[in-house]
Amino acid sequence: MSIRYKTIKELSYMLKNKEISNKELIEETFKLIKDNQYLNSFITLNKEKALEKASNIDNTSSLLSGIPIAQKDLFCTKDLRTTCGSNMLSDFIPPYSATVIENLENAGCISVGKTNMDEFAMGSSNETSFFGNVLNPWGENLVPGGSSGGSASAVAAGLVPAATGTDTGGSIRQPASLCGISGLKPTYGRISRWGMIAFASSLDQAGPMARTAEDCAIMLNEMCSHDPKDTTSIDEAVPDFTATLDESIKGLKIGIVKEFDLSRLDNAVVKVFEETKRHYESLGAEFVEISLPNISLSVPTYYVVAPAECSSNLSRFDGVKFGKRSMDPINLEDLYIKTRSEGFGDEVKRRILIGSYVLSAGFYDAYYKKAQQVRRLIKNDFDEAYKLVDVIMSPTTRGAAFEAGSKGSDPIQMYLEDLFTIPANLAGLPALSIPNGMVDSKPVGVQLIGNFLEEQKILQVAHSFQKSTDWHLKTPDGDKA
Amino acid sequence: MSWETVIGLEIHVQLSTKSKLFSGGSTGFGAEPNTHVDLIDMGLPGVLPVANRDAFFKAIRFGLATNAEINQTSTFDRKNYFYPDLPKGYQITQMAMPIVGKGSIRIETDNGEKLINITRAHLEEDAGKSIHDLFEGETGVDLNRAGTPLLEIVSEPEISNAQEAVAYFKAIRQIVTFLDICDGNMAQGSMRCDVNVSIRKSGDKELGTRAEIKNINSFKFIERAINHEIARQIKIIESGDSVVQETRLYDSIKNETRSMRSKEEANDYRYFPCPDLLPVVISDDELNEIKNNLPELPKQKIKRYVNEINLDESEAKIIAASKTMANIFEEACKKTKDSKLVAKWLVGDVSALLNKDNIDIEESNLSSSNFAKLIERITDDTISGKIAKSVLEEVWISGDDVDKIIENKGLVQIQDETVLEKVAQSIIDNNPSQVKAYKDGKDKLFGFFVGQVMKETQGKANPKSVNEILNKLLK
Repeated sequence: MSIRYKTIKELSYMLKNKEISNKELIEETFKLIKDNQYLNSFITLNKEKALEKASNIDNTSSLLSGIPIAQKDLFCTKDLRTTCGSNMLSDFIPPYSATVIENLENAGCISVGKTNMDEFAMGSSNETSFFGNVLNPWGENLVPGGSSGGSASAVAAGLVPAATGTDTGGSIRQPASLCGISGLKPTYGRISRWGMIAFASSLDQAGPMARTAEDCAIMLNEMCSHDPKDTTSIDEAVPDFTATLDESIKGLKIGIVKEFDLSRLDNAVVKVFEETKRHYESLGAEFVEISLPNISLSVPTYYVVAPAECSSNLSRFDGVKFGKRSMDPINLEDLYIKTRSEGFGDEVKRRILIGSYVLSAGFYDAYYKKAQQVRRLIKNDFDEAYKLVDVIMSPTTRGAAFEAGSKGSDPIQMYLEDLFTIPANLAGLPALSIPNGMVDSKPVGVQLIGNFLEEQKILQVAHSFQKSTDWHLKTPDGDKA
Repeated sequence: MSWETVIGLEIHVQLSTKSKLFSGGSTGFGAEPNTHVDLIDMGLPGVLPVANRDAFFKAIRFGLATNAEINQTSTFDRKNYFYPDLPKGYQITQMAMPIVGKGSIRIETDNGEKLINITRAHLEEDAGKSIHDLFEGETGVDLNRAGTPLLEIVSEPEISNAQEAVAYFKAIRQIVTFLDICDGNMAQGSMRCDVNVSIRKSGDKELGTRAEIKNINSFKFIERAINHEIARQIKIIESGDSVVQETRLYDSIKNETRSMRSKEEANDYRYFPCPDLLPVVISDDELNEIKNNLPELPKQKIKRYVNEINLDESEAKIIAASKTMANIFEEACKKTKDSKLVAKWLVGDVSALLNKDNIDIEESNLSSSNFAKLIERITDDTISGKIAKSVLEEVWISGDDVDKIIENKGLVQIQDETVLEKVAQSIIDNNPSQVKAYKDGKDKLFGFFVGQVMKETQGKANPKSVNEILNKLLK
């Protein structure tokens, strides 16, 4: 029996009913991965240990027990190479595992491998990875989006039912949208950042990527925890995110952002969005126009804050202690210059330069400090909006997946990819993307942004859509039976 | 032309917490290189700092003891620069909102007391150590020290000469050791300082261009470095040139300072708030608990010694000058009612030995328990004061147990009157002419007989008994 395109829930059912053994499930997964190597969605496989764990499963209490999961190669995994998509860490084997990895593995998940990604999570097309482009299974030479492109591609191709991702400015939601899957970025602080290789610490947040909102909820239940090792982790009880999925959305107020000018988008994308609105109306939801007056400042604000933090976070890659070291430097400064010149790709260098500039003496107040002030204003805008609505809805991306190389020469065009996703990161709010239609035979997604700690609400709204539509059932091979 | 010197000090105090500022790594000194290092200290990818609250409590003690403002909400910033012994490529420090704000401290100068204002005291992590001389053509990095909590205490530029700078440093050292927040061990680098020196024409209002001398770790070097720097700057200005703002290094072997980097070459540290750490908030309850449990400081001790133990003020000051000395005093006082005697020994013989060796009490072999035992043996008449003096000298050299020295050398005081009488009688018998002279009225000869008895008993005779016996026998 094929396991391809199956959800976590379906696989868990198959395991319980002995339709497939734990070992067979993992063997089959590695076969699928091997047959689809052309996607380049994995950097490192964990075959031996995965099979060993599958043969010794004792915890069968969890829905996730025995379920194969792909881990973004940004999470440290003990004794398993963790590259962050960079030459700098191409031979780095961490001595410890990220909290989120431990949480999932303790719940019985089997980590089958580490997925490809934009280098240090900087990119929106998975074209900046040292390990090569990842392909989108929906078409030839299409990008999967980024930075969690490998995770999105692997789930979209049905190789694994779910994967972990991280989202700093849209790195879960944008690839989820472009690959036709569901992906959730939780409230900042819901999931521990311990063991996540930092890009922009105040924005980074891990989250699940899966075929359905329901599977995202199942994953999220295990991924979240208050972690004393991360002082920004939120000390709040973790609810059962699946508990409220089936509640009705009748009377729910959905906000549409006045300032998101949809007239500048592809007509087909707007049409899909309007259809989704009508569908939600048919389910009893009510649409309310809201204003987020400072939202247009999101992208420039993000491109000050994120590079500033990254320029500092990536300083530790200096060739002294771990990672690559350039051979034969003539002195210490030369060691730094050569190691970092050889170890980092162009996009990472660009952001380190921007970040160093905005933090430098004389520019700090004009850039970094100003950006933090704007960030506060954007957060306030959301706070006001949530007095009027329950969730906020927008397209996830400006269009469907584009061809590799098509935006490479102009970084600004690439940065605009994250127009709709960045605000939730700046405000620390939970947001998800689910597939809601097709444009030119390629999937697109709709984004739901929730209020602080209201993952349950957006998951419920997403699940109600998926219960009554079949966009999430579409696969590159056709409709799922 | 007469010149005026303006000096400001930045003192780095290693706080004596068990673990590091942001990790569970040990702060112990002297371990094998890179053995007191955990994932966080190494700055491995993905690790996060967690602030050690004990370091905050210790910093607050310092703030309270120097009448400083305490910022109950303080924040951390990153100071970015590359160096092999700085694992993350940035140091986490408190730039914008330090835990301790404006305070002050009184120092003793030749012209009496002087108040030095303290600008701020902030927490930061120490770097590791680069070892340049161990491997040919290579530099070793030891990260044991990386992440050790430092309290950086920044003074206002209100210090006028090298002696004042040393007095200020000593006053800070006295406070941090009494507060039990630092061991004060300068040889192990527990306290180090950067000195900012500038000169200006006497009476000028504006400050001159300053040079910063980095990383000095002894009183002697502070004084020498400052005096050398003042002479250098005067020479420059008097020859018509101007002082360059720069960072200089003091070479203790050549007794000179030399340039490390100029202002133009200085790093742009690109400070910004550390996004990994939330502001640290100290509650009113926590602050009050620290206030109510603040250890006794030198001034309070002096007052208590004078008012309650009846010491002379001069004695009290000497004893309360160092935490170790005060501890030794208080330990010994627990073993005897004669506190004055204890003070007399510390101010007298012990201080004399310290002066002779030119060391601090912490560097000596004298432990509080051993000294207490010495006092106990004097008051219970096991040994005489004179013998005690030689026991102290022995302890000073070997650090051996007082009782062991007394036993090994057979120094126990002779109390047995029949023994003493026998000795006294034989002295009298052997010195008939002196006995005659004494009996004829030469009273001063009494001392001769006492001396002879003491000599015969190698000083072990109880002097009081000897006096009584001789009085009786010579009647």
